[in-house]
Amino acid sequence: MANEVCFRNMDQDRPWLLEQYRSRGGYEVLARILTEKTPPESIINEVKLSGLRGRGGAGFPTGLKWSFISRNAPGQKYVVCNSDEGEPGTFKDRDVLRYNPHQLIEGMVIAGYAIGATCGYNYIRGEFWEPYERFEAALEEARAAGFLGRDLFGSGFDFELHSHLGAGAYICGEETALLESIEGKKGQPRYKPPFPAHYGLYGRPTIINNTESLASIPVILEKGGEWFKQLGVENSGGTKLFSISGNIKNPGVFEIPLGTPFSELLEMAGGMKNGSKIKAVIPGGSSAPIIPGEQMMKLTMDYDAIAKAGSMLGSGAVIVLDDSNCMVKVLERMSYFYYEESCGQCTPCREGTGWLYRVVHRIETGRGRPEDLALLDDMTTKIAGRTICALGDAAAMPVQGMLRHFRDEFKYHIAHKRCLVG
Amino acid sequence: MGFKNVPMSTVKPSENKETLFSAEVRTEIDKWIAKYPPEWRQSAVMAALMLVQQENGGHLTTELMDKVAAYLDMAPIAVYEVASFYSMFEHKPVGKHKICVCTNVSCMINGSDRIVEYLERKLDTKLGQSSEDGRYTLKEVECLGACGGAPMFQIGNRYYENLTPELIDSILDGLE
Repeated sequence: MANEVCFRNMDQDRPWLLEQYRSRGGYEVLARILTEKTPPESIINEVKLSGLRGRGGAGFPTGLKWSFISRNAPGQKYVVCNSDEGEPGTFKDRDVLRYNPHQLIEGMVIAGYAIGATCGYNYIRGEFWEPYERFEAALEEARAAGFLGRDLFGSGFDFELHSHLGAGAYICGEETALLESIEGKKGQPRYKPPFPAHYGLYGRPTIINNTESLASIPVILEKGGEWFKQLGVENSGGTKLFSISGNIKNPGVFEIPLGTPFSELLEMAGGMKNGSKIKAVIPGGSSAPIIPGEQMMKLTMDYDAIAKAGSMLGSGAVIVLDDSNCMVKVLERMSYFYYEESCGQCTPCREGTGWLYRVVHRIETGRGRPEDLALLDDMTTKIAGRTICALGDAAAMPVQGMLRHFRDEFKYHIAHKRCLVG
Repeated sequence: MGFKNVPMSTVKPSENKETLFSAEVRTEIDKWIAKYPPEWRQSAVMAALMLVQQENGGHLTTELMDKVAAYLDMAPIAVYEVASFYSMFEHKPVGKHKICVCTNVSCMINGSDRIVEYLERKLDTKLGQSSEDGRYTLKEVECLGACGGAPMFQIGNRYYENLTPELIDSILDGLE
């Protein structure tokens, strides 16, 4: 049941080529929609039915997002793809761009037709040069074959698609920061409302979806929303790409049905490296609160199961830690990341991320004070929910997760000025 | 700037744009400009900065940023804001090869500390600095989205994954 959607072509030689994509029926869904003039509402309904939820991390239902656009509003609308993959632990969209770029292109053209947009941008993080070149080559092939440009399939529908390269900023993965960035500005998130569906890129109605979400669209429309939904479990339709890394034998990206037991995913990734013991798992990118290994081994990989365990599925980035890891050091590194990447716009995040890092750093370096843990607890509640975007929450959540599950290790560090492990 | 969706520039479009950059650089920047609505030339600012940075051997100067501003009809301050916000822009000279080492969680637990240590010793420099001969700059970066190949670094446009000291030796020996 694996490799049904975004990775359905992974058995092919050089799967990124147009001829390979066509040999598996690529662009036929688009051709059918445009020649039959499928009503856009029925496309959106099919996507809603599929249960597809935003694969970038927020998990917002994709079909619902599309339905917020008023299709008949005059003027340009935009489809924007978020390939600014940067949540630590996540490396799946890179593979979609490298190995299945045409499915993403087809998904974006279909999205454009569904919301009445004739222009799209794919925002690719600046460091992703190889994926960018792959995607550019695919765009050229698609243009030459008449799948992008004017009057597609003689339907009168035009769609042009461009890539936009980032230049290094985690915050641009936040959708409105990404739009600001395309507009040639610092990537600082906008106040919401208005949401992008009403006031997006260049002030026009815009849908912005993750790479994996958009690349799932052609398969959903080929095989049906119900088929996709049945791949997964309640509230978590479909398969999902999981990026699994850490102290494991065979890290990589695996497409598996949502609801698959974590233990099976771990087994696919070859199990623990050197037969070490699992200590904890960060189940959805570094912003997702950590879960102890024992508990994780009993969980399934879907939105509800991970949420019930007090964390989140996020981008599907699974970082597996063995018992040689000091949790203070792991948290110190994560806190440094949010401190480094805070865009500086909101005071609680700009100042708070620095405070979090400095306090965890002093514990790690043997200068921790007994009252520091209460201080950290307090600070997280003064950052989370008090900022324009979710980066503040993302900085607070890993701290809260660590102190919930590994408080004793932090206490030991403060009392003995060294790690409990190693 | 919140969500004020107008091009930020109120500057008068500069004349003689062809004198600002070489024909090759202008052709490249113009390709980016053509992707965006005509009144949004500034959308090409990141691409333009990256191109001129590359032309200049890896870093930006105030003069270059001012030229980009003139070329895109932007206020210079708007270009400085962008150039100082994104981590891939450099404001001081860098070595011929900029080695960007990821030290985020997945790389860290797979030994990025040892990779950094090895590079510092081998190149006789520190993170954030350049080797004496100006050949290498060592830079610590945040997650580059290649955690499956941890530990990893980027040199130029290329990712190098599953690093070991031996592999690093052969990678550096193979560079121009």
